[in-house]
Amino acid sequence: MPSLKELSKEKESLSGGHRLCAGCGASIVARQVLLTAPKPLVVTCATGCLEVATTIFPYTAWEMPWMHSAFENAAATCSGIESAYQSLKKQGTLPVDANINFITFGGDGGTYDIGLQSLSGAMERGHKMLYVCYNNQAYMNTGIQRSSATPKGGFTTTSPVGKVKPGKEQSRKDLTEIMVAHNIPYVAQAVVGDWRDLTTKVQKALSKDGPSFINVLTPCRLGWGCAPEKTLDIGRLAADTCFWPLYEVEEGVYKLTHKPKEKKPIIKLLKLQDRFKHLFKKGNEALLAEIQEDIDKKWKKLLFLCGEKSE
Amino acid sequence: MRKKLAITGNEAVAYAMKQINPDVVAAYPITPATEIVQIFSQYVADGEVNTEFVAVESEHSAMSATIGASAAGSRAMTATSSQGLALMFEMLYIASALRLPIVMPEVNRSLSAPINIHADHSDTMGARDCGWLQIYCENSQEAYDSLIQAVRIAEESLLPIMVTIDGFIISHAMEAVDTFDNKEVQNFIGKYKPAHPLLDIKHPITIGAIDFNDYYFEHKRSQIEAMNNVEPVILKINEEFKKSFGRGYGLFEEYMMQDAETAIVVIGSTAGTAKVAVDNLRKQGKKVGLLRLRVFRPFPAEKLSKALSHLKAVAVLDRSTGMNAYAGPVCTEVASSLYTHSDLPASQQAGKKPKILNYIYGLGGRDIFVEDIQKVYVDLENVAKGEKTEKLINYIGVRE
Repeated sequence: MPSLKELSKEKESLSGGHRLCAGCGASIVARQVLLTAPKPLVVTCATGCLEVATTIFPYTAWEMPWMHSAFENAAATCSGIESAYQSLKKQGTLPVDANINFITFGGDGGTYDIGLQSLSGAMERGHKMLYVCYNNQAYMNTGIQRSSATPKGGFTTTSPVGKVKPGKEQSRKDLTEIMVAHNIPYVAQAVVGDWRDLTTKVQKALSKDGPSFINVLTPCRLGWGCAPEKTLDIGRLAADTCFWPLYEVEEGVYKLTHKPKEKKPIIKLLKLQDRFKHLFKKGNEALLAEIQEDIDKKWKKLLFLCGEKSE
Repeated sequence: MRKKLAITGNEAVAYAMKQINPDVVAAYPITPATEIVQIFSQYVADGEVNTEFVAVESEHSAMSATIGASAAGSRAMTATSSQGLALMFEMLYIASALRLPIVMPEVNRSLSAPINIHADHSDTMGARDCGWLQIYCENSQEAYDSLIQAVRIAEESLLPIMVTIDGFIISHAMEAVDTFDNKEVQNFIGKYKPAHPLLDIKHPITIGAIDFNDYYFEHKRSQIEAMNNVEPVILKINEEFKKSFGRGYGLFEEYMMQDAETAIVVIGSTAGTAKVAVDNLRKQGKKVGLLRLRVFRPFPAEKLSKALSHLKAVAVLDRSTGMNAYAGPVCTEVASSLYTHSDLPASQQAGKKPKILNYIYGLGGRDIFVEDIQKVYVDLENVAKGEKTEKLINYIGVRE
């Protein structure tokens, strides 16, 4: 496991000058993943902020071979590239003989929703690839619309707060568990703000001879309505409130990778984000309580799965 | 060794794929193209090909994975039909705009709704403007030969290509097909040498960047130019094919056209039926001909109109409908090309354009018979004599 000092000496794989927002977690996630991943790499992206902001023709921020084809098919596209690699390697006709690692990035839109089928297919077929979902819990690239990753009560432009509706009415989908159900060698949840946890997971994922998936929660300053300098703090608080527990499932074995010293109440996290500000208005007390209860229930279940003592 | 095989259209296509021996095939089964995928899977299971077979979960992923594999620098193929092609629609444009030489057999089948598994050309006609080359085959032999040619055409022009056969009529009908030796096929197609493979990690490239209004138009314009330039490539490769194998095909086939006064234009397997109709009428002394359009993209407007402009009347048979477009898709393009091209000097063109009739037939696999086509020639004869045509678009074999 490299130290932060060592990582800082690595050559950047995502160069500066791209057009992602100040405080955007997606670029931090991408840089940390790419810095840690054993080279050489070939990277695929789903359509989304990370893709559009880094490849405005004739510029590119990507220092390695990189491909984007469409929104819902990053996993399928990567599976084709990886299959070509396997075929050419077997035939001894690779342009450069090397052990290439394949990484795909998709937002929660391209991963949880429109890209779920192609992701599921690629994982089931067992391509040797790491899929990283940079999950900011809504369709931010098109202007903050709800996704199945948007938490209950969250404001988005398609789950707006109105006279009779308090933001998104449904709970979010648990994609990490759906990936666990694919019985792939490595699945994990990580968060922007805990670099050591994320980079360790990337290394573990790429050491596997098969598909792996990491779901990284990352704030979007515009969509979440939070201060750009708070990105990392909010990420860590998401872990400490157990809103986004950090854990991994390696070869089917659950392990908690971060146990908060003190589990913080969810309102601490929600208060930092404008998308939840309506929850603190009179009349929404029950919804706030429900959100906390839901987190407690899921946390208890996760502790059980990880063989930890219940609190 | 060259062998004459009694095989179906699907078997001929799968056999050609085996001899092409692509690096990657990503495909999803769909009636009536399913057998292609099945048979090819068996070749993979028996170690008869070097191909990495990706059994994807949908046609959208089939085309996506094929795009990835082709961009990676491998020779990549898939096969589909109907709804499968419709599901690929988004990715067809991406394959062509990324200039990936993907080869795809396509078994023509109608589109839902109502759901129907039989032949018509709605599927590939719907994809006619997506930047893919399209070759429509009359029979299994032509499909086998065309698929081998298609590899060279795609890789020389850097354009994707679909080679189509009519569902069931060709895909499931047994014919004698002359096949070549594996080595002959390999020698003809040669080794694939991609210019900018993604897997060349020493020369990293970004594929699929975002273009705004400052670059998009130029990229599209250059793609159009590639389509404009491909016709001579197709003809050149066909000549080489003829030299190697003694058979060849043009952009279209002219049957009894030399002294014909009226003619039918048709694509696909119905040409076989139409040739019988022509033979019958010729025996009666009628000056009728047939033009079977084979290459629909690029559309050979100039050559085609020159082949037709001396006629008194032309009937275009469409196995799909334009749904209140000017006419069926083949007729619309034939009529347009006759409007702008002619082998007559401009001063003599006035009033000399052939009269045009359009016949929609065979939707959802409805049979068409020799007698139906002979009736079309009767209509043409009447129109040629000066009888007024009531309607441009007519229908064959439908209960009204």
